[in-house]
Amino acid sequence: MTVNEIHEKLKAEFGDAVGPLSEPKIDPFAVVKADRIVDVARFLKAAPGLELDHCNDLTGLDWPKRNVIEVVYHLFSYGHRHGIVLKVEADRANPVVPSVTGVWKAANWLERECYDMFGVVFAGHPDLRRVLLPDDWQGFPLRKDYQEHGGYHGITNERENPLVELRRLDEKHRAENPRPAPPPAAAAPPAPSTPPAPPAAKA
Amino acid sequence: MPVNTPPVPYQPKSTPKVIVAVTLAAAVGIPALLLGLILLLTPILQPATIDAALAAAGLEGHRTAAYVGALAVLALLMVNFGAIFSGVISWYERRIAGRMQSRIGPNRAGFAGFFVWIADAVKLLLKEDLVPAEADSVLFRAAPYFVLVGFALTFVVLPFGHSLVVADLNVGIFYVTSVTALVVVGILISGWSSNSKWALFGGMRSAAQVISYEIPAGVAIFIPVAMAGTLSMQGIIRAQGGLPWEWFVFRNPAAFIAFFILFTSQLAEANRTPFDLPEAESELVAGYLSEYSGFRFALFFLAEWGNIWVLSAVATTLFLGGWQIPFVSAEYVDGLRGSGILPAAAWWGWNAVSMVVFVLKAIVLSNVVVWLRWTLPRIRVDQMMALCWKYLVPGAFACFVFTLFWELAVGVAPGVEVVTGVGLTVFATVLALLFFRRVRLNIQAVQGDKFDLSNW
Amino acid sequence: MEKLILRRVGNTGEEMLLNFGPQHPSTHGVINFLVDTDGEVMKRAVPDVGYLHRSLEKIGEITGYPGFMPYTDRIDYVAAMFANEGYAIAVEKLIKVEVPPRAQWLRAISCELCRIASHLVSTGTMATDIGASTPLVHALRERERVNDLIEALCGARLTYNYHRIGGVAFDMPAGWRDKVLAFLDHFDTMLVEFDRLLSFNSIYVKRLANVAVITKEQAVDYGLVGPNLRGSGMDWDVRRDVPYGAYPNFKFEVPVGRGSRGTVGDTFDRYYVRVLEMKQSSQIVRQALDSIPDGEFMAKVPRKIKPEAGEAFSRVESARGEMAYYVVSDGTDKAYRVRARTGSYMAMGIIEDISPGLMVADLVALIASLDVVAPEIDR
Repeated sequence: MTVNEIHEKLKAEFGDAVGPLSEPKIDPFAVVKADRIVDVARFLKAAPGLELDHCNDLTGLDWPKRNVIEVVYHLFSYGHRHGIVLKVEADRANPVVPSVTGVWKAANWLERECYDMFGVVFAGHPDLRRVLLPDDWQGFPLRKDYQEHGGYHGITNERENPLVELRRLDEKHRAENPRPAPPPAAAAPPAPSTPPAPPAAKA
Repeated sequence: MPVNTPPVPYQPKSTPKVIVAVTLAAAVGIPALLLGLILLLTPILQPATIDAALAAAGLEGHRTAAYVGALAVLALLMVNFGAIFSGVISWYERRIAGRMQSRIGPNRAGFAGFFVWIADAVKLLLKEDLVPAEADSVLFRAAPYFVLVGFALTFVVLPFGHSLVVADLNVGIFYVTSVTALVVVGILISGWSSNSKWALFGGMRSAAQVISYEIPAGVAIFIPVAMAGTLSMQGIIRAQGGLPWEWFVFRNPAAFIAFFILFTSQLAEANRTPFDLPEAESELVAGYLSEYSGFRFALFFLAEWGNIWVLSAVATTLFLGGWQIPFVSAEYVDGLRGSGILPAAAWWGWNAVSMVVFVLKAIVLSNVVVWLRWTLPRIRVDQMMALCWKYLVPGAFACFVFTLFWELAVGVAPGVEVVTGVGLTVFATVLALLFFRRVRLNIQAVQGDKFDLSNW
Repeated sequence: MEKLILRRVGNTGEEMLLNFGPQHPSTHGVINFLVDTDGEVMKRAVPDVGYLHRSLEKIGEITGYPGFMPYTDRIDYVAAMFANEGYAIAVEKLIKVEVPPRAQWLRAISCELCRIASHLVSTGTMATDIGASTPLVHALRERERVNDLIEALCGARLTYNYHRIGGVAFDMPAGWRDKVLAFLDHFDTMLVEFDRLLSFNSIYVKRLANVAVITKEQAVDYGLVGPNLRGSGMDWDVRRDVPYGAYPNFKFEVPVGRGSRGTVGDTFDRYYVRVLEMKQSSQIVRQALDSIPDGEFMAKVPRKIKPEAGEAFSRVESARGEMAYYVVSDGTDKAYRVRARTGSYMAMGIIEDISPGLMVADLVALIASLDVVAPEIDR
């Protein structure tokens, strides 16, 4: 089934909750209302002829200008070899999206990562806590306005520019270990065996 | 102007002759020295000889001092033997492991890396002596010594030749099994006192393993004891003969099976692969040894590698005819002793031959132990327990009961033993030939029907 | 963290909480497992990842499209070619560039050689985790030869940065093709030896058979991919079923777990599927070398890659499973979002639910059979 046909079926079942298919700018997607996503997911998984049993990817996109965080679902069916991309828009100030862990268990860890990186709270998730970052990390890194909090438990996240740092260390070393003054060479002429400097040879 | 010459292929430098000479001297000399000392000292420093010598010199009053001195010398000799064997077999194991894994193994310290065990020992001695802050300080420090003592005490009864044993106790083999139980105590103490969950894990696993496998080992030991009628190590060997069909392992079908049961159980007791769960490196890092470093670590490993000799020697004694020389009976050598304080030269000669026979057999078994380590994977704890309790223990008991009836039968018709001896020897030879054939087929399968050992 | 686990498990106070990792010889990389055990049998093993998190996805938003290619190597440094290829395919979709055939063949050859290398590491380390240390050294010996071949091709032995947006970076050197064929002739015999030494050794089989069975439904539901999915009996391979690149031109079989030594979906199946895949990879490389077309190895790609706003999703069959790249562009020359969904990350999700009732030694076998590597999980 092509993406259009799947989209038609979705629209037939859920009407307004499913937005129009975006223009096929390489990969098309459809926006689903947040409160219906679990029903949509169940339908897509169970409906005969659709059977999208593989939750391929579940991630987030931060659009500060539009003030939404989009949660993107890439769904695929092993049996029918078709798939669809759905998006759910969540309010950026307080992003809450129902969890689809009940439909695909793969969503468990994928939603945890989305929470960790974007701060999207998945209502109904059995174990929503940070996965990649330490539990007491402040902030959500993949948001566009993420500012680092100047270190973690005393480990600083700033360092001097290495070019500046190495030059400083070099100068410090030279100051501490001054090179001995060259011996007075002007007194005796150099031995005849040492030939004159290369410019003579070049010429 | 630099010219792009093609690179010269790497020519490995051959070892300078001096180093080869020194290494050969050490490799031959150290064992020769040790074994020679054992050959000379163990028969002389026996109570009877000492008494006679003191009487001849008129120094009866100093008997206690003489005994203590003799014991000290023998103890030093035996512990040195254990330690040096442990070192040499660690080198041997690393070379064999390297060749089996298509790599070279140690090759820097001396020719073929022979001195690497000395280097390792020195390195371990010089390492920092770490005791974890939360560990039980007395027990943590004491644990390696339990293991070492349990290992060293077995050398009291291990025979090396016709009369080459420190003390031929009349409870010889029973003494060995009871003394090796000290090792369990040491392992448990080290696991618990390290104050680390992983060490505790390893300690408990090891205790379960060693204690469980003592049972099939013990029952399998009953069989040669029943066949020989004595617990003494020298006595068991004297009940066998030098030729293969006079060894216990071939004289009794149950003994043939019991040999393998004993060997497996001893591997388990010595924590060697495939039973090395307590030190399963990939699961527990080093198990009960995780927190040990430096000399204490060296002591644990000394005991583990030295145990290879103990288990090989015990298996040789019980089943493979010990030091019995083919075609020369032990009584004949006894007769050559003469009545002087020091035995006659011919007696020394035959003793040396019997020592060579024993050492060769023990080395072959040690080689098998090393070989198994680098070939087989590790058994899981519950599978190991199942193997012990469901297969080895009933098997050992069945063999024991069979042996009791067998001995009755042999009492009635001694010819049965000769027939079985020859029959099982032939059977074992056939098995060995089949094994080599299987090796050849395996190599041919990989090399596409060639059989080319040139890369070996 | 530990209190959380204990609260959830309904702890009776007799269990021991062990930290399996993050420094441990058997967790493949820096991964921590909080294991609640009652003696040897586990109540639960909760993975605790993130020790190797290098924020690669955030970096993808700064470097620009061509500049991210070396970073993709680090997403999975054991099988780096696939990460390169996936990203390249996604961006090529965005800028609508077609890769010339020679480049596609070279991509397939380099990827299959990389698959052999990765599976050698995987099966060898699995053997070591189970206790047989010899096969690992043999496997690494063969992998050294693959590394030498790839070094001749692109100059690097681990993080290749070989594929480019629009093709590959270098053409095959002269004489390389014969070297690869010589290696494959030798390697096919080595696979026989490996099998005889390890795969059917009865101790090894007893350690792996019927351990940690993952049914087909579970594998699909938890999103497992690659050999993990195929080991559970699902006949799915992205190279054959959603073909990309040069793969439609090659004939190869897809090994699927059949429960030959235990149940379908146990650790032995997952292990043996990888051994069989190595054989198939060597066939693919032979076919590719025979049929490689002449021509360009790099398409004409603008100097500054500025795709129009849109998003692209690409899937490649990596050694560890299907790696999916999701690249979103907003019309500038820096990507708006680069996302790599990796096979190892999905495999971590199933460990907690499979672990109750397993023994600690089985946990080691399970992690090894799922072929997880820390860089793929943490990115």
